[in-house]
Amino acid sequence: MGDYIISTNPKRCIACHACEIACKSEKGLPLEVTLGKIVVLGPKMVNGNPNMTSVFVPCFHCEQAWCMESCPTEAIRRRKKDGLVYIIDSLCVGCKACITACPWHIPQWNVEAGKVVKCDLCMDLIDAGEEPVCVSVCPTNALEFCKPAELSNNTREAYGRGLLEKKLWATKVR
Amino acid sequence: MKRVVNTLCFMCSVRCPIQVEVENNQVLRIRGNPHVPAMNGGICPKAAAAIAGLNDNQRVRFPLIRTGERGSGQWKRVSWTEALDYTADRCKDIFDKYGAKSSIYCERANLMSDISKSFQKAIGSPNHFTHDTVCKGSINTACRSIIGYTDGQINADWTNAKHVVLYGRNVFESIEIKAMNSFISALENGTKLTYIDPRVTITAAKATDYKMIRPGGDLALNYALMHVIIEEKLYDAQYVRRWVEGFEELCSFVIPYTPQWAEKETGILAEEIVSLAREVSKVKPAVVFHYGYRGSHHPTETYFRRSILILNALMGSIESKGGLFIKKGLKDAGYKAGLKTFSSQKFPEMEDTRRFDGCGQDKFPIADPAHGVGFMLPHAILNEDPYPIKVLFAFRYDPLLSNPDYNTNLKALKKLDLIVASDVNFGGTTALADVVLPESFFLERSDPLQMGSSLKPAINRRTACVGPRFDTKPMWWIVKQLADRLGAGHYFPYETAEDIWNYQLTDLDIKIEDFDETGFVSLSDKAIWWDRNDGIKFKTPSAKIEVLSNLMESHGIPSLPPYEALDEKPGAFRLMCGRCVAHTNVMTQNNLYLNHLVPENRLWINDRRAKELGITNNDRILVESKAGKGEMCAYVTDMIHPEAAFMLHGFGHVEVDSKRSYGKGASDALFQERLHDKIGGSPALDHSWITVTKI
Ligand code: SF4
Ligand code: SF4
Ligand code: SF4
Repeated sequence: MGDYIISTNPKRCIACHACEIACKSEKGLPLEVTLGKIVVLGPKMVNGNPNMTSVFVPCFHCEQAWCMESCPTEAIRRRKKDGLVYIIDSLCVGCKACITACPWHIPQWNVEAGKVVKCDLCMDLIDAGEEPVCVSVCPTNALEFCKPAELSNNTREAYGRGLLEKKLWATKVR
Repeated sequence: MKRVVNTLCFMCSVRCPIQVEVENNQVLRIRGNPHVPAMNGGICPKAAAAIAGLNDNQRVRFPLIRTGERGSGQWKRVSWTEALDYTADRCKDIFDKYGAKSSIYCERANLMSDISKSFQKAIGSPNHFTHDTVCKGSINTACRSIIGYTDGQINADWTNAKHVVLYGRNVFESIEIKAMNSFISALENGTKLTYIDPRVTITAAKATDYKMIRPGGDLALNYALMHVIIEEKLYDAQYVRRWVEGFEELCSFVIPYTPQWAEKETGILAEEIVSLAREVSKVKPAVVFHYGYRGSHHPTETYFRRSILILNALMGSIESKGGLFIKKGLKDAGYKAGLKTFSSQKFPEMEDTRRFDGCGQDKFPIADPAHGVGFMLPHAILNEDPYPIKVLFAFRYDPLLSNPDYNTNLKALKKLDLIVASDVNFGGTTALADVVLPESFFLERSDPLQMGSSLKPAINRRTACVGPRFDTKPMWWIVKQLADRLGAGHYFPYETAEDIWNYQLTDLDIKIEDFDETGFVSLSDKAIWWDRNDGIKFKTPSAKIEVLSNLMESHGIPSLPPYEALDEKPGAFRLMCGRCVAHTNVMTQNNLYLNHLVPENRLWINDRRAKELGITNNDRILVESKAGKGEMCAYVTDMIHPEAAFMLHGFGHVEVDSKRSYGKGASDALFQERLHDKIGGSPALDHSWITVTKI
């Protein structure tokens, strides 16, 4: 696991997708490529009340990085200092093994480049002391970039409790 | 070398403060201006898609003169001199015959409006209107009739409000970053949100309480709320005694409008209405009943918006912490003068001052001439009422798709002798134009300074971040060039944006350099509130909140007319329109990323009704109204009231040059009938009935 995580506060997220678009725009990616995705449930009616839950899904920089293990050219590497998993562009031969291997559909096929791209949590920005693009542009501060230990739990706990009260889980777990 | 520029966004009309990182004349990234706390670096998806918009090859890239049929997309590329000469020569011919009054200038209200208005005055035409009239003409009128200020001169104190009631005001999908952010934080800290809308939105999903109201029932709901508030004496008695004119009349007026009565009109249970009235009153005056913007545009709109303001008055929440506040400007912050305007120069007398829309005159005596009544555009052209209209300057505004009744609009626009369009993209009206004068993208241009009136007023500046990608120009330059050629250039004493800024700052002790570091000049570091016991400067004749409005009564318009029940049409749906976070009105559908995010609109219909009609999700359907018919896809859902249907505004583009948005979805204007509020002049965008059949 990498040292950093991005967590979503679903209570603040308005599913605006600015995070996704800013990432695409800054990295000059083709339309179809979305590195960090917003997964939104809703809005929908749950027991007569409108509800919405959203979660941002960037690369998790897994402990056991399936993408990295599957890559035949060792194009995917892990940074020693913080455990971030990234691709060395010039080594990618476009075999798409990592795409198949990653359970979260994180690596994406860049048609224009004929190579795979994947979220590296904006390593270059982190090194420069900044936050990943998605986090910095989120208009509601729904995204938090931090080390897991620093995660501020209160708001999300309260949110979870709120969901329980609304019996959202009961309807969601089929 | 990398540098950052603090400027103002213009992907929508909010004009959020942003910071742009630039290198080698390219924009690398856009962030919320970090010097503005509530922005906290955030931008919305439209701003995130701005770089794609800037570099888009489907933009209007150079001046064009039409060579083919209107709308055929056949153009001749010309130089600026040729385009401007052509425009001016044709104008001169037409003005010789019909006078300059035969021209109408419409625009999206913006930093340029002072110059645009000066242009019309300088060439001798009384005809100017802005997009605002279509959106919030009646809100403006309602506000002026009650407190003497326009809706633009008040705002809600989102941070400190304890209970906010929104009527279709979908704050989390038509966002204004600073306000929305403050409001989300307030919600986290326990502020209550009651959201009223026939349709579930993201705002509904964030609400403490969502009420699925019958479309058009909002006015009835408000009368019932007043009924309860007055009967149970839940109002702020001291405030009402001090500030409200016409309270007695209001008390007798609301007697018949009981919650039980309202139940039928609104579909909301009487006891829920009672408990809402009690709930909000508990936390008065930190209460906001929000007066705008989308949603509930019906022929009685002025009365609906007035009813919202009256509720605020009863709560004592106007000019109170956590309620509504009146925006403060330079004078309130201790400055002797304001920004100097171009429109206050002395212009030649007009031979005929009748406006095309009769705004502030015979047809709409109390609507605001500063915005006009855009709804009257096709009427004036087609009926030559009050005189022939021959020329339209459609500057970054698209009357074809923004005004109800597309077919009539199209007929009217085609009747014009000359359409001069200026925009960044090809829109419906631009495609019909005879000359296109391409405006530079907001990242490529500096604009006049913006007075940011607020609790803490500031002056903001939009500064060019990069040079123009294509052969485009800022609008203030275009207007001056046209004025020059029409013999009115001397009213525009500037060559550059710096000249404009200096002119605006003439009477102030503020220099252009003062904006360099942060992009704005703050005029007060603490919030300016007026004293609620004695110091609120209402701008009505009585200097009070006028439930009985002098403005209205003096023009023979009743302040409190009896309520008229909503009509019913079994089998039909009441069409509503609205916004999503990805798009700005009809302007952004062709943007690379935004088009990808929300490519088209579907018609929301209630699942029960859909079942009766044999329609399932994503079926192609035929939508018909008295105004027109068209095809689109259905979105079948339990998230909308059975009587209502909903579609996003802004789709159904058929201009061939906008390749991504061409033919996607349908235009709400196609189905909206020419219905309007006769007092404030707003089109009744949510009042048409439609029928839906599976294809
Ligand atoms: S930018 Fe923020 S609010 Fe918008 S979708 Fe992403 S996480 Fe949610
Ligand atoms: S790409 Fe997938 S497998 Fe690889 S580290 Fe990221 S989440 Fe794990
Ligand atoms: S809301 Fe978005 S588009 Fe509108 S001004 Fe703000 S950042 Fe720009």
